[in-house]
Amino acid sequence: MADAPKLVNLTVDGKAITAPAGTLLIDACKNAGIEIPSFCYYPGLSVQGACRMCLVKIEKMPKLQTSCTTVVGEGMVVTTENDEIHQARKSMLELVLANHPLDCPVCDAGGQCELQDMTFTYGAAESKFVDIKNHRDEQQWSPVVYFDRPRCILCYRCVRVCGEGMDVWALGIQQRGVSSVIAPNMEDHLECEECGMCIDICPVGALTSGAYRYKTRPWEMNHVATVCTHCGDGCVTTLGVRRSDTGMEIMRGDNRDKSGINGDFLCIKGRYAFDFSKEPERITVPLIRRNSKLEPATWEAAFELIASKLKEVRDRDGGQAIGVIGSNRTTNEENYLLQKFARLVLATNNIDHHRTADYPGFVSALAGTQNMTASMRDVASAPAILLIGNDPTEQHPLLAWQIRNNVRLNKARLYTVNSNQIKLRRQSTVFHLISAGSEGAFAQFLVGNDSAASSVGDPQALNSLRDKLRGEQGLVIAFGSEIRGEHIKPLVQFAQSVGAKLICLGDYANSRGAADMGLYPDLLPGYYPVSQLTGSKDEDWMGKAPKQPGLTLQEMFSAAAGGRLRALYVVGSNPVARYNLDPFALKNTFTVVQDMFLTETATLADVVLPAANAYEKGGTFTNTCGDLQRLQKAGDVTTVKSDFEIIVRIANAMGYDVHGLVPFAPGLRADMGQTRGAESGEADRHKVWLTRQGIEPKLSPFDPLALLDEIQRLVPGYEVSRLNLMAGNDQHTQVPDIGSGELPSHPELIVPSEDTLFTSGTLGRYSKTLNSVMENDRAVPEDAGIPAD
Amino acid sequence: MRFSDQLETRIATMLTHYPVKRSILVPTLLFVQDEVGYLSDEAIAEVAKRVELTELEVRNVISYYSMLSLKPKGKFNIQVCTNICCMIRGGESIFDHCKKKLGIGHKMTTPDGLFSLEEVECIGACSWAPAMQVNYDFHENLTAEKVDAILDDYKRKAQQ
Ligand code: SF4
Ligand code: SF4
Ligand code: SF4
Ligand code: FES
Ligand code: FES
Repeated sequence: MADAPKLVNLTVDGKAITAPAGTLLIDACKNAGIEIPSFCYYPGLSVQGACRMCLVKIEKMPKLQTSCTTVVGEGMVVTTENDEIHQARKSMLELVLANHPLDCPVCDAGGQCELQDMTFTYGAAESKFVDIKNHRDEQQWSPVVYFDRPRCILCYRCVRVCGEGMDVWALGIQQRGVSSVIAPNMEDHLECEECGMCIDICPVGALTSGAYRYKTRPWEMNHVATVCTHCGDGCVTTLGVRRSDTGMEIMRGDNRDKSGINGDFLCIKGRYAFDFSKEPERITVPLIRRNSKLEPATWEAAFELIASKLKEVRDRDGGQAIGVIGSNRTTNEENYLLQKFARLVLATNNIDHHRTADYPGFVSALAGTQNMTASMRDVASAPAILLIGNDPTEQHPLLAWQIRNNVRLNKARLYTVNSNQIKLRRQSTVFHLISAGSEGAFAQFLVGNDSAASSVGDPQALNSLRDKLRGEQGLVIAFGSEIRGEHIKPLVQFAQSVGAKLICLGDYANSRGAADMGLYPDLLPGYYPVSQLTGSKDEDWMGKAPKQPGLTLQEMFSAAAGGRLRALYVVGSNPVARYNLDPFALKNTFTVVQDMFLTETATLADVVLPAANAYEKGGTFTNTCGDLQRLQKAGDVTTVKSDFEIIVRIANAMGYDVHGLVPFAPGLRADMGQTRGAESGEADRHKVWLTRQGIEPKLSPFDPLALLDEIQRLVPGYEVSRLNLMAGNDQHTQVPDIGSGELPSHPELIVPSEDTLFTSGTLGRYSKTLNSVMENDRAVPEDAGIPAD
Repeated sequence: MRFSDQLETRIATMLTHYPVKRSILVPTLLFVQDEVGYLSDEAIAEVAKRVELTELEVRNVISYYSMLSLKPKGKFNIQVCTNICCMIRGGESIFDHCKKKLGIGHKMTTPDGLFSLEEVECIGACSWAPAMQVNYDFHENLTAEKVDAILDDYKRKAQQ
């Protein structure tokens, strides 16, 4: 680490301030609470000095100076506002407005436009120019990017964010002087990552979004910050919602307030792919199969039917005749509830989900260590990063953004080991191409197994890479699902030897949460093996779970084919298509599917329940790094229900006392556990814990936060600050230390989602935006098949 | 795309002068234009590849400079300055005169492919305004008569 830069003293508007040497004057002022107007300056991007709004007076310097290009100097005396400066800025605005169409009443940016704000501040609305304005028609550059040339103020922010930030370089500036114009890379259209960063960063309404343009105005919406439901990176996306006939409609997504781990970054999915929720094909009423056809029914009829069938099977054939498949996109609370429901109400451990990373293997390998996982924030500040496998540009766009910015802004060193020429090679200090499938051998090589090198590549290059890595302090190691099972252990050993932290990359928004919450036939929440529960957890509900490990997803289907699985409950998953499972296997199995669409699995079901998506409910997600974040309800479709509510209702219809599932307020006669001793009884213990944490007991059995209380109490690593979580901050969870021993991890069951930047499992299939961009068909493996979640 | 051996050597030498490849972009474009006649799509793609920039970035630079052209031009490219100094000293009438004499307008080429005409901003010859540039040669302190003589000269050159 370099020494901290020395501090410089200066005076701004009569106020003495200090800033580290090398700070830009505009930043130093901002940090001291003095705002200097600017258009072209943007934190984190290169300096442009194009707009001249940031002019200030610096004593001993002739003329006004641009504070965005001036570095603080010892003894500088700066004035940021006086008549001369005011007049200069006003003149600048007049020039900017000279050819501006002033069509604010129809412009998307109206109400949130930096040019509007400045014009109001400086009163430059009247103009001395009499020339006729030069009109140009709006151009469509892609399904998501539109350009309205006369509105452009040539701040070059879009050009820089696309090039420097995204490393796409799809936008450029052509001509010069008054004829300068922003140009797309394909002459009349764009071929790019379609991230919309350029639209977001545009201070005016020159770049507008295909999804949002001319649909509504900023002040007509509510803005709800929640977590993206697509990949596993956990970007915060702020959804603008507006009342509609059916509830609340999501109008747009962005993250202009830079809340969350992603700052203002969002990829195309987080920004635009909320449109699946408005797809006409979405199921909005429960469907029951009558005479071999799925027909609309009431929720009551559906719950009654499901409850009676599940009860019948459980009581007649036992819990082992029922299977449950969970989702990578449901919340932690829902996943926790689902497995609790399976284990307590259905009396079965037959519960699984589509596995995209070996989290149990990761937890096993980390046994006996502490604080060895990195958060998404660490990736943006670590001095060095080792990336093994995966292609973050396609599969973990935020991770790629963090890496790129860390390399660009902090000169971090990126070491990439991959079997493909992935795009991040451009940022890599060392890029090592290995043969496909030798990622595990590379891990072995790292811990000194030199014979493993032969299958990986040139031993000399590998040796030098290993030497470099050994010299790195504060390394973050991110690895894809190429590394699983026995290969994780050496990687952890290596990380331990150099003090590195790890990230195990999984697909889908909450695959980590699905694993942590125990959607496994052999593991409970917190990775407690079902067969060997010991200690205090026995006293909680976990002690009542069946001790015999259940069937994996694939085994459930063979059991169904063999007539041994009589009922199957699928929540937010589409296993039939993904795993090439025989659809006929289910013909004698009573199947319930909860989803938004009639997927291949749903069409086989006896009952289909319309579920809300992650944008339509509250709860929490854990991203692939283990960062826990809060979801807030943004959109709403009145006739659907959250998976949480559906599960509770089914339990209730089965005659189960739902207090045993969701510890909500037990009613008037509840005591705080004092009369019977603090540790007696589940609900009471829970109340004692709540009181100790200063948390109110929940009144509704459908409130996921009631279960979050229990998760925080029972799942090791989830005891994070509740206050911070509720305030919308990401909280890094730790993986539980399982002490010694191995967890059952089944690396053979891991099937990556094969999603690209432009696909997103089932949701992607129903997103018009994702399907409309021309880049959509690139790089999707031929045999990727139909996604599961 | 193949360039002449001479140009290849030139590019190779220039590359040794700078730490990053993109630094040779502008001279390379000029030399390529001299050789190919204009900056064709193919030429742009080739240059982009060699200096490791996107084609868009190369186009951005080309569009900035009036000496770089995306379209084929006449054998002699006449650029008449009408910027302030030249304007005050009659640059605009020189430009009008050229238009009349050649029978073409701004950014056009004569049917015989001999001359192209263009009105440009300051070419740095203000002290000798009004001025114009024909390919790489400067002609200064212009009058209509002088222009006639210069153009005739070039016509003769073309016939030789
Ligand atoms: S959408 Fe993204 S990748 Fe495309 S031009 Fe804009 S910033 Fe660049
Ligand atoms: S399009 Fe917007 S961001 Fe890009 S230069 Fe113009 S005003 Fe700036
Ligand atoms: S990077 Fe991942 S989490 Fe972020 S917006 Fe894109 S899909 Fe969503
Ligand atoms: S913000 Fe300083 S010149 Fe634009
Ligand atoms: S103004 Fe004509 S050469 Fe400078």
